[in-house]
Amino acid sequence: MLDFLIAIVTFTAIYAMVSLGLNLQWGQAGLVNLGQVAFFATGAYTAAILTRANVPFLWAILAAAALAAVLGALVALITPHLREDYLAIVTLGFAELVRLILLNEKEIGNGPNGINAIPQPLHGVAGANYPLLFALLTLAALAAVFLFNERLRGAPLGRLLRAIRDDESVVASIGKSVLAFKVEAFSLGAAMAGAAGAFYAAYLTFIAPEMFTASVSIYVLVAVLIGKRGSNFGTLLGAVFVSILLEGSDFIKDYIPFGTGVQIAAFRIIVMGAVLMLVVLARYRTMVES
Amino acid sequence: MTTELLNVSMPELETRHLVKRFGGMQAISDCNLRIAGGSITGLIGPNGAGKSTVFSMISGFLRSDGGEIWFKGRRIDGLPAHRVARLGIIRTFQTPHELRELSVLENLMVVPRSQFGESLAGLLPFGGRRVRKEEHEIEERAIAVLRTVGLEHHAQHRAADLSGGQKKLLEIARCMMCNPKVALLDEPTAGVNPSLINDLMEVIRVLHNGGVTVVIIEHNMNVVMRLCGHVVVLDRGAVMCEGTPDSIQRDERVLAAYLGSPP
Repeated sequence: MLDFLIAIVTFTAIYAMVSLGLNLQWGQAGLVNLGQVAFFATGAYTAAILTRANVPFLWAILAAAALAAVLGALVALITPHLREDYLAIVTLGFAELVRLILLNEKEIGNGPNGINAIPQPLHGVAGANYPLLFALLTLAALAAVFLFNERLRGAPLGRLLRAIRDDESVVASIGKSVLAFKVEAFSLGAAMAGAAGAFYAAYLTFIAPEMFTASVSIYVLVAVLIGKRGSNFGTLLGAVFVSILLEGSDFIKDYIPFGTGVQIAAFRIIVMGAVLMLVVLARYRTMVES
Repeated sequence: MTTELLNVSMPELETRHLVKRFGGMQAISDCNLRIAGGSITGLIGPNGAGKSTVFSMISGFLRSDGGEIWFKGRRIDGLPAHRVARLGIIRTFQTPHELRELSVLENLMVVPRSQFGESLAGLLPFGGRRVRKEEHEIEERAIAVLRTVGLEHHAQHRAADLSGGQKKLLEIARCMMCNPKVALLDEPTAGVNPSLINDLMEVIRVLHNGGVTVVIIEHNMNVVMRLCGHVVVLDRGAVMCEGTPDSIQRDERVLAAYLGSPP
């Protein structure tokens, strides 16, 4: 039971970092990103390869975040004039591209077999309590990401990103380069997903391309949507909801008298879909009113 | 006499043989505008004459298909919008483009360029004091501008909640906040309550008295006559005639363009 709780907390913290990155891009700057999983995967693979080559975990996190940020900047640079819906399609396609490269390039991460035996940081220090230590490490990283996002939201930089979200032609008309700020927001959000990927790889000690499908991007999108786009605290709650739904069903199934494990696994996706639709319906109405 | 000649030969802002096509339609053909520094120039013409298109091309929001745009001896066509704005040419939008979810005050506070608070360094722990000081200065200036346009009581309101006329005032306030050299005002009085129009004209005069060259697209001839020293009439994408407001009002071609030529 306690082991399970620790696992949920770790997963939640990892998903929350990816979601907070999306909240920075989409919630603040209005950049739709349906390919957040690409940066998550980039971070996971970067950290896995580096830690296996005996690079310290802290450096691996930084490298994971940096490489994800560079990729994020590239995506933002090639899509500066795309409208919301087109940007959604391009980012979705970009994430598939990254996944297919990982699947087919044996040189990067053994293709479909993935990377195993990924070293864990501080392993052996805590002995049997290691999962708790790792959860605390992940929570510390989440806290740092959360505080950074909150500071940005309250800073003039956050105000400018929201100005871009509201109307980028105004931002251009006052003499500010919209592209520069879009690139900044997009790569910062990608870096957060990259850092989360580093924790993901170290936590599972095994990663493979099949873990980085488009559904991950959708899960974090749901987390941001549920939490009211733009709010960091709401995104955190949204991530808790999504991870409990995704990872908690193994636990709940002992308490549900009906259905097999497979049925419950399908049921949680139905629940998530229903919640997503309800949230969008509620938000959409307020958007039309204003 | 010499200075006048000099002014005529060296306008502050000039378009030469400007061309713009939308598909098969020639929206602007051979448009030659000469805007004297420090003037208030009215740009009038029937709907579809291409007035807003010319503004969009000057401000870099729209690429021209031919011709040149010059500002203070420098060719500016081809520059992206934010670079044109940095030179001091600031346009307002015909339909107000308020930043909806930001407060009225924030709508102006985003304006000043190279704010330390908008850099990543400003997010670092030691940057707090410098950002607060900067914010304080920007806020004071923004409130002063809001006072000029009479929106100071709405400073904390969401911009989306302003009335149509107030949004027009906010457009001009944003332009003022930019410290422009040239203000391109696109129909500032359209859709504004008639009781507010006098205030708006006063605001434009304040802008002008601050040394700003004003070019104004306007349908309200009363406003044009009272504000502008020079009027340019655009018809079917080219300059049809120009002169003082009085001479324009008596010009038969202008009447024909607006009302249709006599049979």
